Amino acid sequence: MKTDLLHGSLVHLTVQDPETMARLFSQWSGDSEYSRLLDWDPACRFSVHSSQKWLEKDSEKQINYYFSIRTLEDDKIIGLIGLDGIQWTHGDCFVGIGLGEREFWGKGYGTDAMKIILRYAFTELNLKRVSLNVFEYNPRGVRSYEKAGFSHEGRERGLLLREGKRWDVIFMGILREEWLKQKENQ
Amino acid sequence: MSIDKPLFAGDLIKLGPIDHEKDPEVVARWTHDAGFMRMMYTEPMRPLSTWHVKKKLEELEKSLEEEKNSFHFRIRNLQDDRLLGFVELMWISWKNGIGNIRLGIGAEDDRHKGYGEEALSMSLRYAFRELNLFRLTAIIPDYNEPAKSLFKKMGFTEEVRRRQAVERDSRRWDLLHYGILVEDWMESRK
Repeated sequence: MKTDLLHGSLVHLTVQDPETMARLFSQWSGDSEYSRLLDWDPACRFSVHSSQKWLEKDSEKQINYYFSIRTLEDDKIIGLIGLDGIQWTHGDCFVGIGLGEREFWGKGYGTDAMKIILRYAFTELNLKRVSLNVFEYNPRGVRSYEKAGFSHEGRERGLLLREGKRWDVIFMGILREEWLKQKENQ
Repeated sequence: MSIDKPLFAGDLIKLGPIDHEKDPEVVARWTHDAGFMRMMYTEPMRPLSTWHVKKKLEELEKSLEEEKNSFHFRIRNLQDDRLLGFVELMWISWKNGIGNIRLGIGAEDDRHKGYGEEALSMSLRYAFRELNLFRLTAIIPDYNEPAKSLFKKMGFTEEVRRRQAVERDSRRWDLLHYGILVEDWMESRK
């Protein structure tokens, strides 16, 4: 039985403490590129107070499974990852990830966190598939998800309007069997 | 097209508000029909009482007022006002001009009579010409053949196929995302 379920090779996933994360949420919201990669709502500045209230409400409900991503090297929080929209009867869910600390972009930290959360989804929550969507203007995200084992499942045309342009939203998914097979081959 | 053409009245049906007195009993009947509920929703089917539905409809109306990102219509027979179904434009993102649509005709006897088609056609006009949206998405399980053919007929395209996202009777089914852009809608009306 695996006891280091939330550990990867570069990062580990830890509890999302509302007080600590609220400060980072507020700070990261100052990076508009980060906000625009994360969400299709308007980028805006969140106060520490409002972030903390939002986080407390979310963690009270315990419906979603969100974690802080910390580096193994010095335990620094670099982002967040979690599962939401869980459909227990069908075994489907959505995963969301954001690296607020941009010096960690493009170095495998996100992919490592994704591999951990997939293991959690398939071996702890016993889900049958994991879905995600990613914006057309985020090819780095797409590459990372492909590396973690996701397949392309289609794209909704022109869902986003940003900088005067319409952008598609790309949908990807991974099935439990695909994930198991990938494990065997490693 | 001009502003005097009615938005809420068609040839067969009209789009109306919730009737909190009369609708709950009819809707409660629909919730007992697993066939209908499994076509409409991915949540587990469970029969509801009239009292339960009444409360749910009140909650729905409250959230419509608070969130300001959904529109809900009851589909009624134009002649005798009988409740046939409902249509919802929901999860609207005003900034992006997008939203989702869901439509259901509750009773078996009222299906395949053109009510759903007219309601969908009127809802699309409402979405594109009153709400000024750019696109709509409909999420449909692969086993819902009537919905797939109706939405295709009205100009929707299959855009996403989330493989094996729904389980029914020990079999896994894909969940489809159908999309329509305002330009597809205009093209389909030519």
